This record gives sequence, structure tokens and C-alpha cells, in this order.
Amino acid sequence: MNDLSLSELLAAHPPRDGALLPLLHAVQEALGHVPPAAVPLIAEHLSLSRAEVHGVISYYHFFRSSAPGKQVLQVCRAEACQARGAEALLAHAEARLGCASHHTRADGAVTLEPVYCLGLCASAPALQINERLHARMTPAKLDALLAKEGL
Amino acid sequence: MTSAIVKVFVPRDSAALAVGADEVAEALRHECQCRGLKVELVRNGSRGLFWLETLVEVQTPQGRIAYGPVEAADVPGLLDAGLLQGGEHPLRQGVTEQIPFLALQERLTFRRVGVIDPLSLADYEAHEGWAGLRRALSLDGSAIIQEMLHSGLRGRGGAAFPAGIKWKTVREAQSAQKYVVCNADEGDSGTYSDRMTMEGDPFMLIEGMTIAALAVGATRGYIYIRSEYPHAIATMKEAIARATAAGFLGDSVCGSGRAFHLEVRKAAGSYVCGEETAMLESIEGKRGVVRAKPPLPALSGLFGQPTVINNVITFASAPIILARGAQAYRDFGVGRSHGTLPFQLAGNIKHGGLVEKAFGLTLRELLYGFGGGTASGRPIKAVQVGGPLGAYVPESQWDVPLDYEAYAAMGAVVGHGGIVVHDDTADLSQLARYAMEFCAIESCGKCTPCRIGSTRGVEVIDRIRFNRNNDQNRAEQVILLRDLCDTMTHGSLCAMGGMTPFPVLSALNHYPQDFGLAAPDQAAA
Repeated sequence: MNDLSLSELLAAHPPRDGALLPLLHAVQEALGHVPPAAVPLIAEHLSLSRAEVHGVISYYHFFRSSAPGKQVLQVCRAEACQARGAEALLAHAEARLGCASHHTRADGAVTLEPVYCLGLCASAPALQINERLHARMTPAKLDALLAKEGL
Repeated sequence: MTSAIVKVFVPRDSAALAVGADEVAEALRHECQCRGLKVELVRNGSRGLFWLETLVEVQTPQGRIAYGPVEAADVPGLLDAGLLQGGEHPLRQGVTEQIPFLALQERLTFRRVGVIDPLSLADYEAHEGWAGLRRALSLDGSAIIQEMLHSGLRGRGGAAFPAGIKWKTVREAQSAQKYVVCNADEGDSGTYSDRMTMEGDPFMLIEGMTIAALAVGATRGYIYIRSEYPHAIATMKEAIARATAAGFLGDSVCGSGRAFHLEVRKAAGSYVCGEETAMLESIEGKRGVVRAKPPLPALSGLFGQPTVINNVITFASAPIILARGAQAYRDFGVGRSHGTLPFQLAGNIKHGGLVEKAFGLTLRELLYGFGGGTASGRPIKAVQVGGPLGAYVPESQWDVPLDYEAYAAMGAVVGHGGIVVHDDTADLSQLARYAMEFCAIESCGKCTPCRIGSTRGVEVIDRIRFNRNNDQNRAEQVILLRDLCDTMTHGSLCAMGGMTPFPVLSALNHYPQDFGLAAPDQAAA
């Protein structure tokens, strides 16, 4: 962890009403995750207990306590995407990448995450890779996309 | 004579970006530069005709001409065919507003979405923007609320509580600090109208929230937007910055001396934070655990202060109600369901997209008249209306008018207007299991019926689905499942546990054969 950037982030997010989530978002944006070592510093900064900070991080699906893979593939498995083959697409992604859902592949190259609803329900199934959205997906199109990303 | 610059529109809505709109825009820019053609590229919102995205429009003397679905590779051919003059091409869809899917709609809140540059204050102003706010500034708070009450507007987030009554409660509460909070945690599958609004017409939401603030005497507002919507977050932040710089927000709204400050808060992927009290906890920086009610958030909401909480479309309806008058809005709809709802066609549907219509049309009109049936070409089997906690509606009920009371009477919900279509390959017992599994994953854990009931629900459904050789045991498990659903319905603190039985029981009642049960429906009741 980069102490300098964390202290800068803390300085940029002074204590105020409801400051914790914006600060956690800032930390995760800067570092890719919220490292456990940052928890006591955040707690002290906002006059919270470590348990409160940990409780918030672990409650929300969005926050990570460990670094994700170099690339992150999110496959939507909400009902609208299921109606267009999302479950098969997710299974295909798992097989193609050799990586189970909710896991980072052993070589650290990729993290595979099912997500609930990307808001592209009329263009299902949808997924996101490295923060870029893709809709009307098929296993063949996913293969091409992953090949382009070097996966 | 100077050669006119042609206006070309390429959407920047997420659903367009997801099928290559940026690449189309770049190809257009590049090709036009190479050919010495002068174009002004506008990145508009989406018209909501998603099967035609990327929908490129060209401004011509005949009106805007649409082409779609356009891919980057189509651009040279389109320009060869005279795209900039509205020339013939296999992708040409004609005058945009005359495309039947669009022409048959009654767009009020979506009248600007896809039409204007979302971040252009001049565009917004030129299309009836701020007219509602200006009228609100000439009224006192109770007169604004009177307009809202008379309009008949009910919350579009799902619970359908009259917006005017909520605002009145907050106005009458005594407190030095009041808040306006927009619940933009649109987490329901099959819904995307909030996202389209925030990406395609963000000033409308700002205007609506500002009207609410004037009505109740609030000076601070928050928009809680889900983390899965980064484009909506970026657009709203930029719109707030521009509106503030232009004096529509800040210490003195339009020079009135009345303050309203607005801020975006990013959510963190918890579905239950779409429930209003869980959302308040989240904005306060805590785990998104629901609060018991009372007290109502209108009296003791954010940081314990009186708070107006509505969803995006509810706030976004306020400007047109103020601008055109409550009666004009009230005249749309049927029964006690006044105005319009942006219905969102999704899932296995040929023409998926946003249909804003007055209440009272039927699901069948939406599915076939607008949607054109399934994308797979197979028969429609089940339609989930109102999000993941909404019922699966079978064909026998597709002619019931879409109206809050009519849907409640048949054990279904209109909700936020999401409509997810499944063809005949869908297994409703699997979807019922998914509903329970989803509740188990997303439950905040505070109340037992939701936390434990959903886990048990998955197990019971599995025993029904996989124990196919023991009819008696299966019949017992069905009774158990119904009992469990009853407990969840009546014992849960919020809609998460309380409504999960809607999809489960509707699947069981209308599609018993998918559970390996012999029809008729009543057998297990």
C-alpha cells in the first residue's frame, strides 16, 4: 500500500456527515481495493471503530479487501439477461478463462464477477470488461473480446 | 453562400456505448474530416429504441432522419449514400419521430431524452427547461404542494405513495434542516428509465429536486446513484456543476435568495439500499440495514431530519406538472393511476426499449404492439412485471389494464415499470429458486423472515424440483413453501423479504408443471 496516497486521500476527505462511503470509494479508486491495513487509519480519521469500518466494507458487494486481477470481467446475471442466455454466457466465461465466478485466476490476470444488473436490460445479455460495457453478447463475441484483451 | 454545417446525433447513453456508439462517432468524425464534410456531432441521450442502437440521426429540412443499427464499419457506406442529406440506405429508418414505436408514445418526462445534448443548458432551456422551476419560484410552498396533490402523481419507485402527501408531511415538519434525497439506486432487473434520464436529461432531475426543496423548505439534497451506473454518475456530477455555475443551484436559486445545494453520492452494490431507509443508512456512512418504520423518513429521515425521498422519475415529473399545470398531467391515465409511466421492455423481446404511455394500456399491447414478440421468435411464456420482486404474469392476465389497483388485485405489482420477457424455454421453478437465492444474497439480515426464510426457500424449492419420485413428499414441501412465503410476506420489515413471495408464488401458481407438479393450480393450495 502506498502510504502517501492514502494520507492524501484522508486529507482530501475531512470528517463530515456520511463521509465513510465517499472515502472508501476514493481509496478503492486509487488503490484498486481497500487494503485491511487501511482500515485502522480510516477509522481513526473518521473517529469510528475499526469494526464499523470493516463492517461497512464487508457489507457492500462493491468494496474489495484484496486486489483484483489485472482485468476484471463482470457478467450480468439479472433476470433480463438470464432471459437471453446470461447463465450460459457466465458458464462459458468460467470455462474459457479457467476461473470460477467471484474468483481471481491464480496467475492474477483476471477476476470474474457476476453482477446484478448493468441497466442494459433491453440489449441483453450484457457484461463489462475493464469498465467498458458490452451488450447483445454471445459466447462467440465474448471469445473475440477476450482474445482482444489478451486473455 | 456558406455551406451549412450538418448536425449529426450519435447517442452517448450506456446502451448505445455498449454496442459501439463511441466507435461510430469516431468513424464519423474521421470520415467527414477526410472528405472535407462539415458536421457538428452532438452526443445525445437515447431515444430508447434499443434494437436500433447505435441510432444515428441527421438534421434535415424534413426533420431528423434516423439510421440504425449503425456500426462503425457502416459509416463510409452511409456517407456514400448521402447520410448528411438523409439519403436512402438499407439502415435508414425514416423521420425519427414517425417511427411507430416512438410515434405511438405519450412522452412527458422523456420528451427531451434522445432529443437534446444532455449537458447543454441552452438546449435544455430551449425545450421547456426550467419553466416548472420558474413557476415554482413564483408560488409559495403550499401552492406547489397543491399542484403536486392535484396532479395525482404517485411515487414511481414502486410503492406508489402519493408524492404530494409526502411533500406536505415534510413541509409541515418543524426543523431547522430538511433534506431532499433522490433514490437513484435503480437495481431492478428490467428497469433502466432512471439511468436513461440521468444520462439523457440530467437537468430535469435537478429541476424537479429543486422544486421539491422549495416546496418543503429544504436546503440540501443528495442523489444516491448505484455504482453500476458510472456514466450516470459522471453526467449528473457535471450537470450539477453546470447548473450551479449558472445559478440554478447554490446559495440563491435563480436569484431568489433561497438556497439549494445538491450532491451525488455513489452507492456500493447493495440491492436492499434501494429501500429508502437502508439508503439513508448508506448515505450516513453505515451498513445499508433497513430501519423499522415509524418514524417515517418524512419526519425523521436523513441524519434524523425531515426528508423528502422520491425516485428519479417522480422528481423528474415535477417540472412538467408545474410548467403545464396539474390538470394537464392528471388528465393522463385511468382510475387513480394518473399521468404516464415509462414502461421498460426488456429480456427476450424483439423491440426492447422505453415506452412512455399513460396508465391503462395492457401488457399485451406492450408485448406485441410495441415489443413485437420475443427476440428468439418463440412464444412468450412468462413476463415479470415490476422488477425481481414482481410477479410472473401469465398470458391469461395480459389484457388487464396497467394500473396500480388492477395489478394489486391480481397479486402483481406495476412497480417501477420494468417488464422482463421470457420465452417458452424458461423454467419457472428455476426462476422462483433464483428469486429466493437473490433474497438470501441481498437481505440486509435485520429481520429473520427475510434472512433465514430466503435460505430455507431455496432448499424447499430444490426439494420440490429434484425429488421427482416422491409425490407425497413433494406435496408436503409445496405446503411448506406456501407457509414460508406467508411468513415472509407478513413478517418481513421491508419489501425485500415481503415481496420475494410474489415471483415465487406466481411461478408456482401459474406454472406448476415446471415444478413437476400436476396442474391444476389449486391442487396444492
